[in-house]
Amino acid sequence: MNKLLVGLLFGAILGAADGATAWFYPEVRTMMQSILIGSTVKGMVVGVLCGWFARKVNSITWGIVAGAALGLLFAFLVAAMGEPGQHHYLEIMFPGFVVGAIIGFLTQRLGEPAARQNA
Amino acid sequence: MIPLGDAALDHLRAVVDLPDLAATRYDLEAEIGRGGIGVVYAARDRQLGRPVAIKVLDAALAEEARVIANLEHPAIVPVYEAGELPDGRAWYAMKLVAGTRLDRYLDGHPSLNERLRIIRMAGEALAFAHTRGAIHRDLKPQNIMVGSFGEVYVMDWGVAGVAGTPPYRAPEQAAAAALVDHRADVYGLGALLRFVLPATAPRALRAIAEKATSAEPADRYDGVPALLLDLERFLDGLAVEACPESPAERAWRFARRNQVLLLLLAAYLAVRVVLFLLRKI
Repeated sequence: MNKLLVGLLFGAILGAADGATAWFYPEVRTMMQSILIGSTVKGMVVGVLCGWFARKVNSITWGIVAGAALGLLFAFLVAAMGEPGQHHYLEIMFPGFVVGAIIGFLTQRLGEPAARQNA
Repeated sequence: MIPLGDAALDHLRAVVDLPDLAATRYDLEAEIGRGGIGVVYAARDRQLGRPVAIKVLDAALAEEARVIANLEHPAIVPVYEAGELPDGRAWYAMKLVAGTRLDRYLDGHPSLNERLRIIRMAGEALAFAHTRGAIHRDLKPQNIMVGSFGEVYVMDWGVAGVAGTPPYRAPEQAAAAALVDHRADVYGLGALLRFVLPATAPRALRAIAEKATSAEPADRYDGVPALLLDLERFLDGLAVEACPESPAERAWRFARRNQVLLLLLAAYLAVRVVLFLLRKI
């Protein structure tokens, strides 16, 4: 499996799992479906970008840093999309930051690196 | 008539023992070692102007040179030329390796990984030789050389009938030297592994050495590659075949191997719990 696919797969799984934790917040249970879809898509986008990064840079540390930064960025964008006065920045960005780091780690650790091309 | 002194007699004996290489292109320089079946000398190739090692066998065992000459491997010293002395003894010229014997190399207290690297490289040479039908038969620290660039050489390849050297010799080799198979080298490599392991070596590595040096050949690894595979498993943080582990040990090994991932998952859980608690305040 190549790293893009690893990123896509784990991004979807972790994104969905992260979104599912919204169930613990009764006030947003009515929006569970859209939260799940949004979180899954966010995870997939972060995963693909992390997978692309992992093909370019072979470093666990930098993979985690890049994943965390991407997770934070996309979590911010998702949080900013909320209704005025209902921006759950803290609740979305903190976990998104860590989920991004996990995806960054996994794309470094798993998957085939891009084939080297001869000059 | 002047009687000769002891020193003069010793010198004469040594001179008489020296091989007569007059018909070859090599000039003998000094004796550098004695193996189970011959003597190794440092010499110089007059034609190419390079140093070489010349091994003179105690008998007409030209088979040894032929066996080694067919083993082209980075960890096996290449043979340049072979021949027969006027007195019937066989000789062969090979690359003169500038390096340190394994037993002396360990005096520098190399790391565990470096010790295992040497065993693995020696093992790869043995595995290759076995595919060519050659068996070393006399593995011991004195026959493993570590070069100045970290290269490893397995020296002094034996021939049928070589008795080996205790404690690196397989029990069946002591009983019938001519009837051993590649598992005698598995024993030798296991004994070498045991030799290089520091007192603080992990239990799994000791178990690998134990299995390789089982008294019964059938209880050892099937071949050197199987032993090397177990070493690889250890280095990859996996369970080794020689050492069954308890569930607790397995869990601990998993945690050590995946500590970054577990740390990140723990961080995620911590963030979630903190956010949940903050919400309640």
